[in-house]
Amino acid sequence: MKKIISLSLALIMALTLVTGCGNSSDSKNGSKPGSKGQVKVYNWGEYIDEEVIKMFEEETGIEVVYDMFETNEEMYPVIEAGGVSYDAICPSDYMIEKMIKNDLLQEINFDNIPNMKYLSKTIMDGSKDFDPENKYSVPYTFGTLGIVYNKTMVKEPVTSWNILWDKNYAKNILMYNSVRDAFVAPLRLLGADINTTDDAVLRKATDMLIEEKSLVQSYVMDQIKDLMISGSAAMAMCYSGEVLAMQEENPDLAYAVPEEGSNFFIDSWVIPANAENKENAEAWINFLNKPEIALKNFEYITYSTPNTGAQDLMDKELLENPAVFPDEKILDKCSIFHTLGTEGDSKMNDLWIEIKGASVE
Amino acid sequence: MRKQLAAGPYLLWMTGFIVIPLLLVLYYGLTNEAGAFTLENVLNITEPQRLAALGRSLKLSLICTGICLLLSYPLAMILKGMSKAGRSGLMIFIFILPMWMNALLRTMAWQVILNRNGLLNTLLSTLGLPTVNIINTNTAIVFGMVYNYLPFMVLPLYNVMVKINDDVIDAASDLGATWLQTFIHVLLPLSVPGIISGITMVFVPALTTFVISDILGGGMILLIGNVINQEFTFTANWNLGSGLSLILMIFILFSMFLIAKYDKEGNGTAI
Repeated sequence: MKKIISLSLALIMALTLVTGCGNSSDSKNGSKPGSKGQVKVYNWGEYIDEEVIKMFEEETGIEVVYDMFETNEEMYPVIEAGGVSYDAICPSDYMIEKMIKNDLLQEINFDNIPNMKYLSKTIMDGSKDFDPENKYSVPYTFGTLGIVYNKTMVKEPVTSWNILWDKNYAKNILMYNSVRDAFVAPLRLLGADINTTDDAVLRKATDMLIEEKSLVQSYVMDQIKDLMISGSAAMAMCYSGEVLAMQEENPDLAYAVPEEGSNFFIDSWVIPANAENKENAEAWINFLNKPEIALKNFEYITYSTPNTGAQDLMDKELLENPAVFPDEKILDKCSIFHTLGTEGDSKMNDLWIEIKGASVE
Repeated sequence: MRKQLAAGPYLLWMTGFIVIPLLLVLYYGLTNEAGAFTLENVLNITEPQRLAALGRSLKLSLICTGICLLLSYPLAMILKGMSKAGRSGLMIFIFILPMWMNALLRTMAWQVILNRNGLLNTLLSTLGLPTVNIINTNTAIVFGMVYNYLPFMVLPLYNVMVKINDDVIDAASDLGATWLQTFIHVLLPLSVPGIISGITMVFVPALTTFVISDILGGGMILLIGNVINQEFTFTANWNLGSGLSLILMIFILFSMFLIAKYDKEGNGTAI
């Protein structure tokens, strides 16, 4: 018996060795990427349709070295330390702001990126929040903070953050269990900047959130998906990138960005100052902005694309889904989060503790 | 000499994973961001919001400890009776079985059960009974605490109980004591070490929990554990977080003092 087991184990090992070799030789001999040098790409995990990488290699002959990161905070020290040089990275807005400030990026030569013509003007304008002259970054994806609601429970159209204070939905409202996100609603209702640290404004916003607490079912993060899909709550604060997947599970769910405006994020391609293959990086960014490629990527990652060429190729139904493409007028009233600094953060934290500690009755 | 050598790895473990981390908490708690000595972080607990969170934690963990004791004591007595017949092993096994599962998963399972549209309410409404809304309340949190920490009360109590000689109880009844008198004057005093270590082992984790209040309390009820968690995860203020943790350590030290006083033979904690 033992012999049979060890024999079969040996066989399995031998087989895996053979197939292992087969794979690696395949990818080396298949096309001839590398003839035009390399481009070293550093992107979020699960943030590209892998076929796009192959298509780029075949079309341009540039070999792609592809690495992934999980958070902006993980990526930053890697670039700052300078040990590895990447050619194209895709961080979020506030991180790009920090990288520009610390001279870690270089200006992009837009002559090499003719496909820039497809980029939405609204998103380019929005980018000025963190890249004031649009010199360093090319938007890749964006998303908004809004309200996801169940159409069977909410009959009226959702247009304002006010609905989170509507007593008809008592105990049917979910809020994000995170300070900055939760404060967006009262701050925009007050017409204030979502990055404000003004004591009087924050005081008013805090009182509003305490008042709202008696109507809130719970403060949650990822559970929002389960609770909304199962119909356990009527509405929830939600980031747009989550919505398409939720709607697939429960078609009664709809999404709206309140007309007062909100937070939005933009993830953009940038070229680090120590890049070795700048022109290849520009070719990479240009390729990603070909309308059909941008569409292919969008279908894979489901975060909104700022590429108008891809938008023209989409189904009407998708274009009308505010989770994918919010109204441009509302988008104008959205802004990114800036870091508030230690003092600002601890001020927000104290107010949040006050809200979370308030008794509900 | 050999004994000392054998203790080496454990000493290394204790130094590396218990003593040094505790010293780090002490260091962070008593310094500010510049590294200068300050009591500010510890005294921060006197702010009304934080004091209130500590009060809520104390209240809920005391309730939880009380319920655990009331449930566990009779159970330990029953298990003692069964151990004579050699049948207690399976019962103990069943009580420990849930601990094989991750505590987070167990708590999330309770969320599914207690939710507004959860299993419990579905069952109640199919039976035509009124539904209950205990999710996101103090009740749900205490429920989760009791479920998670009950084995920590049962085991030390059982350990003490099986060691109480039956002859002592027989002697008491031979001498004319009623069941109640035997319980109050013989069984209870003899089981004090188990009670004390059971209380400590339930009270301390219940006091410091932040996961249960987040999952079963829906973030609606802020406990001191949540306040500390927020200091580390949002403001990244390790000094303040550590300072507040030191306050909790006072409670932990106090209960260790109690154990040392009443549990000289180490009956209770030896599971």
